[in-house]
Amino acid sequence: MSQANVVVQNPEAVTREQDLIARVQRGQYELFYELVRPYERRVYAAALAILRNEADAEDAAQEAMLKALTNIRQFRAEARFSTWLIQITVNEALMRRRKEHRAVMESFDDPRSGEEDSDYTPRDFADWREIPSEALERKEIRQRVADALASLDRKYREVFVLRDMEHLNIQETAEALGISVASVKTRLLRARLMLRDLLAAGWEQGWFSRLPFEKGTKPW
Amino acid sequence: MVVHCEQVWREVSNYVDGEVAPELRVAMEEHFHVCVRCTSVLQGTRNVVALYGDERMLEVPAGFGRRLEKKLAQNVRRESRGKRWPVWARWLVPVGAVALMIVGFRVFRPVAPSDLTPPELARLEHNIPPDLVIVAATDTKVFHVSGCDLIRNKDKDKLKTMTAKDAMREGYVPCARCLRKYLTAQARREIDSDTDRHADADDPPHGAGQ
Repeated sequence: MSQANVVVQNPEAVTREQDLIARVQRGQYELFYELVRPYERRVYAAALAILRNEADAEDAAQEAMLKALTNIRQFRAEARFSTWLIQITVNEALMRRRKEHRAVMESFDDPRSGEEDSDYTPRDFADWREIPSEALERKEIRQRVADALASLDRKYREVFVLRDMEHLNIQETAEALGISVASVKTRLLRARLMLRDLLAAGWEQGWFSRLPFEKGTKPW
Repeated sequence: MVVHCEQVWREVSNYVDGEVAPELRVAMEEHFHVCVRCTSVLQGTRNVVALYGDERMLEVPAGFGRRLEKKLAQNVRRESRGKRWPVWARWLVPVGAVALMIVGFRVFRPVAPSDLTPPELARLEHNIPPDLVIVAATDTKVFHVSGCDLIRNKDKDKLKTMTAKDAMREGYVPCARCLRKYLTAQARREIDSDTDRHADADDPPHGAGQ
């Protein structure tokens, strides 16, 4: 298990969730929304990472939730509920994308798709420091950060979103996408380094210029 | 163990995730102490992980939650209806269907002799012409008019032809279905025949009075 990206849930929340799962499994379906509400953002983000279209992502997220409701009795406590939910969402989104043949079109369009096996060389070696949490309070910053992610090739974006935003572990990410653990690690490395370079370039272009940092320093 | 920059860049993601061997970890940490470029790569990677791992990066369209709740509520009603009974109770559906078929067959099957009350049976037997040739079913002890549906598929060795009088003497009872039908048709024919006779009698011979 990795040290980073571990989602810590407090014991009370875990107990509450387990109780809700048991009650829904016994037929109290009206409690289902209460059970999935904490994960609705993550479900939507997973669908969006794969489909890249807000309307399609919302449809897929809703459909995934309905499938989770229908199959709630099959959920077993050995898995995290959030992981189970995300995997259903990824399956739904991948199925929709296969139907629409977008994957084929995208691989021709994306300039950032490259050889997965070749090493990625970082371009920026500036003196980084920790990004202040307040940076994300600004919608403009969030948008810039989201745009950088959206510019990644599909195969890197999907792995990155599941691993670093949905907080699945390496094995779970590999299973959700149907790829090997080695591929997950390689794609994750490239995605992180590419995003690092993209965000550094953004700083050079003044994305963060209105933040109250010391003159002449980068925000990280 | 000594590592070079390229090796650090290949492993920096695993290092951030805590997934490098202890020996390599030590070597990388020593390298970071002396290499500004690799320290920059490490810090940038950590920043990316922290930035995108923040819940605020997961934005949903306005009204997403409300629409999801509404859609789930619609399906919850459907689920509640569909899964109200436990698994064992779902056997009740086919069992109930079979029971209904049996009851339906009992209710709507052709009227059998046993369904007649004794006065009805006596009236029916009284009206049957004694010399009428009938087909008697030896297994059910019921006699029928030739062509009755109830004997159409019966084995021939279980049927025998005789007069109604002999059949009743041997204890056979009339089929309430075909013999009622036969008697009704017979009565109608007789009425029609009488009407025709009266009409003929009332009509003057052709050419009479002209």
